[in-house]
Amino acid sequence: MAAPMLRGCCLARRGALACIDGGSRHGRGAAIGCRSSGKRGRSSVAQQPLITAQKSGKGEHAWAAVVGLEIHAQISSNSKLFSGSQVQFAAPPNSLVSFFDASLPGTLPVLNRRCVEAAVMTGLALKCHINKKSLFDRKHYFYADLPAGYQITQQRLPIAVNGSLEYSVCVGKKRSQVITRTARIKQIQLEQDSGKSLHDELRSQTLIDLNRAEGQLRVDANISVHHPGEPLGVRTEVKNLNSARFLARAIDSEIERQINELENGREILNETRSFDCKLGCTIPMRDKEGKQDYRFMPEPNLPPLLLYDTASLPPGADPQQVINIDRIREQLPELPSETREQLVQQYGMLPEHSFTILNEVGLLEFFQNVIKETRAEPKKVTSWILNNFLGFLKQQNLAVNESPVTPSALAELLNLLDRKAISSSAAKQVFEELWRSKGKTPSQIVSEKQLELMQDGEALNQVCLAVMEEHPQVVLAMKRGNPRAINKLIGLVRKATLSRADPTVIKEILEKKLSS
Amino acid sequence: MLGRTLREVSAALKQGQITPTELCQKCLSLIKKTKFLNAYITVSEEVALKQAEESEKRYKKGHSLGDLDGIPIAVKDNFSTSGIETTCASNMLKGYVPPYNATVVQKLLDQGAVLMGKTNLDEFAMGSGSTDGVFGPVKNPWSYSKQYREKTKHKAHGENEDSNWLITGGSSGGSAAAVATFTCFAALGSDTGGSTRNPAAHCGVVGFKPSYGLVSRHGLIPLVNSMDVPGILTRCVDDAAIVLGMLAGHDPKDSTTVQDPVKPFTLPSLTDVSKLCIGIPKEYLTPELSSEVQSLWSKAANLFESEGAKVIEVSLPHTSYSIVCYHVLCTSEVASNMARFDGLEYGHRCDIDVSTEAMYAATRREGFNDVVRGRILSGNFFLLKENYENYFIKAQKVRRLIANDFVNVFNSGVDVLLTPTTLREAVPYQEFIKEDNRTRSAQDDIFTQAVNMAGLPAVSVPVALSNQGLPVGLQFIGRAFHDQQLLTVAKWFEKQVQFPVTQLQELMDDCSSVFEIEKLASVNFC
Repeated sequence: MAAPMLRGCCLARRGALACIDGGSRHGRGAAIGCRSSGKRGRSSVAQQPLITAQKSGKGEHAWAAVVGLEIHAQISSNSKLFSGSQVQFAAPPNSLVSFFDASLPGTLPVLNRRCVEAAVMTGLALKCHINKKSLFDRKHYFYADLPAGYQITQQRLPIAVNGSLEYSVCVGKKRSQVITRTARIKQIQLEQDSGKSLHDELRSQTLIDLNRAEGQLRVDANISVHHPGEPLGVRTEVKNLNSARFLARAIDSEIERQINELENGREILNETRSFDCKLGCTIPMRDKEGKQDYRFMPEPNLPPLLLYDTASLPPGADPQQVINIDRIREQLPELPSETREQLVQQYGMLPEHSFTILNEVGLLEFFQNVIKETRAEPKKVTSWILNNFLGFLKQQNLAVNESPVTPSALAELLNLLDRKAISSSAAKQVFEELWRSKGKTPSQIVSEKQLELMQDGEALNQVCLAVMEEHPQVVLAMKRGNPRAINKLIGLVRKATLSRADPTVIKEILEKKLSS
Repeated sequence: MLGRTLREVSAALKQGQITPTELCQKCLSLIKKTKFLNAYITVSEEVALKQAEESEKRYKKGHSLGDLDGIPIAVKDNFSTSGIETTCASNMLKGYVPPYNATVVQKLLDQGAVLMGKTNLDEFAMGSGSTDGVFGPVKNPWSYSKQYREKTKHKAHGENEDSNWLITGGSSGGSAAAVATFTCFAALGSDTGGSTRNPAAHCGVVGFKPSYGLVSRHGLIPLVNSMDVPGILTRCVDDAAIVLGMLAGHDPKDSTTVQDPVKPFTLPSLTDVSKLCIGIPKEYLTPELSSEVQSLWSKAANLFESEGAKVIEVSLPHTSYSIVCYHVLCTSEVASNMARFDGLEYGHRCDIDVSTEAMYAATRREGFNDVVRGRILSGNFFLLKENYENYFIKAQKVRRLIANDFVNVFNSGVDVLLTPTTLREAVPYQEFIKEDNRTRSAQDDIFTQAVNMAGLPAVSVPVALSNQGLPVGLQFIGRAFHDQQLLTVAKWFEKQVQFPVTQLQELMDDCSSVFEIEKLASVNFC
């Protein structure tokens, strides 16, 4: 039952609740799911202010939208929030269920230290105030995948409050202009994950997996629209959005629907809706889930969660028994915004490129390793990684750590290019070859395929001469002032040299010959 | 042998006067003879004999595990026992066999104790009579005692004697009856509002409720998590201390247990009480208190005073709000705790399958009795968003005031409080059921539940027989985590009063051998 979840509440512009749910289930096993959701999570938050600027169709009154998100994210921990059972991705159903997870009578929750530390760290990263005392509550509802009939959460006094997340949005035609926005974080709370219901429509059965929900991000969006300067509109809640793409689409369509309803003289009901990704719009949920009275009550089996800082640490306290916020702060890694800033400063990288580098798991490390081993310009490296390397990964649906091309190989290739040993088109050929034939170095490929540039000036001179003689009409066109004719000649020379000649050198020779 | 105390029989085992198997068989045979009392829901005969056999092997090798090795014990049927049905006397859990042992059960077994069976109770421990369980009421063994029969002969004459039996009190009535009839040497009860102390008082045994947090609740099927404590029922205070020594201490599976390690201890025998200060809460002198109990209470106070103790009247000003406050907090937690019994995973499930909701509703209607359903309903009412502030929050504040009353009294120099345990001695079943469970609980928990709200240790010690020949208990309340001090005072008191042993010969004339040590037992109260 207790995959540790962090639940955060954030308000974009005016009111998002960002809840980060501390799900415990699979640690790093979720590479693919995490990667995509992590990336989009950020961008979806970023989009909200843009959406809020939407105007009405009639153009009379501007509409503003307010979006609040309740974000449930699973904590990367080895065991569940309140039990010792393991958290593991794709484990067989109900194979990781302790007596507590199954809510056997008489079992009691025991808080997982690792989850608390993760929550504190998340709170620090999101600039929250960490509550040195927080409480656990029971939230009651009957559902087949909630075996205790309640969920343990932190409703009244959560572990972290009042934070903010700054994020950047790319705008403009080429999305090259970057503006900074801030989402306010209302609170972060530790919450037990429910189980997973699998509905078998055919047999009209529901199967329950108490390993707990697979650990992807889950978001509930609260949405309302109003005219600026007027009171906020009635909100609806769109529940269970499990990818950032759907989240963005759901918010867009719900805002559109609300504006449409209001402009046609109808009312917005305070209701719970779900997003139908096939229809691309939100629809009211049939059950009464949104209208329930959860009958919150303090969880009597968990004493208040007390945290300390170095100043308040009781003397002689057992480090295994207490959690020191300052120690966790020291362990906080460099945050993505700082890393991006660093990339822009150090390598002259475009801000939008710094986003791409960071959004892909492992790509930053790959980039840094290439930089370490190559003399090529950082801009060149960035361009190669974002255009060629990432393109290949996407095409083959691979993660960075699954790439057949190592940072060293790419660095070597860029070195060859940098000292003009090969042309850039040859470099691309080598790169493709690297992708196919694992184990070969770029130099081996260059020599096998005879891709090195012709360094012999006289030989190249001869080839140029021969080409000009074979194509007198092109030479003539050039002499008449057709600027494109020289490109044709360059192409022909390259073809004759099997692409082993540097086009700039060819151009120089041709120009020299034509002007003489 | 069976009439002895735990400590005595433990010595007898060590000296080889009796073997664990012989002891176990004697208890089993007595359990059968007293079956009509309905003290046990499940008698775990096979398990017990096997455990006794293993214990016997240890004794033979000279590797006894300690004072509890080979000692027959009983456990209230709301503690999880691995492989043994655990019902809470409810249809809801009939047939439920837990896959694990409650921590307290495990600790007893680890000490070599022999589990005789699971004892009867009110459904989910909700009641004060042990009359409201699905397996029927527990009969108080004193109903059949020579002492009671002699006193009531003239009255009972002509009536159907069998319908005149008395209740045990509750909700741990099965455990109290099991200890009182010598079918075990100690029993676990649970105590949420007095459920261990109340039946102990009515059955003439010692009923001890430890400080909240001293003993693990893991595996105890909860009534009110913030007040539940495993209780200990024994035939003398020393025995309760032995068992407490085995059970107390931190349990990683119960986050509300104390962190500090607790060592087993032996109670000192007080010879001088002149340094003691005994508080008598004036609010406990209620009009409903029977004159007989009141008089025994006064005598007890006088006893302390005459032996040199300082006895003072104290005030616990919020006492009168306690029972109402208890009702709100108890039912709220009950509503929450009972939510897991939905028929899906374990326990009773109805036949209705039109929808999950319909299945839940019918399962819970069939599985719970009126008392449980009533409390769930009240509790959910108090927890509704619109009522939460007015009921639950207010009750929590009152709870704090009640706890502070005790703190203030103890801070003023009082060592222990002395109060009645119950308003009067046990009443006949027919009398008892004239009022409903709620009314009875409110009356019967009057002197006991405030202690649970404050988390304090308290013990009921049998003091004397009433004019009717029935036991009356008095309660000592101690400072939080001063359980040992509390028991030390109780032990001194117990020695002074020399409470008599139940005389059940008439009831079980064919097992008179069991009771020939009657004299021994009374001697051994010291």
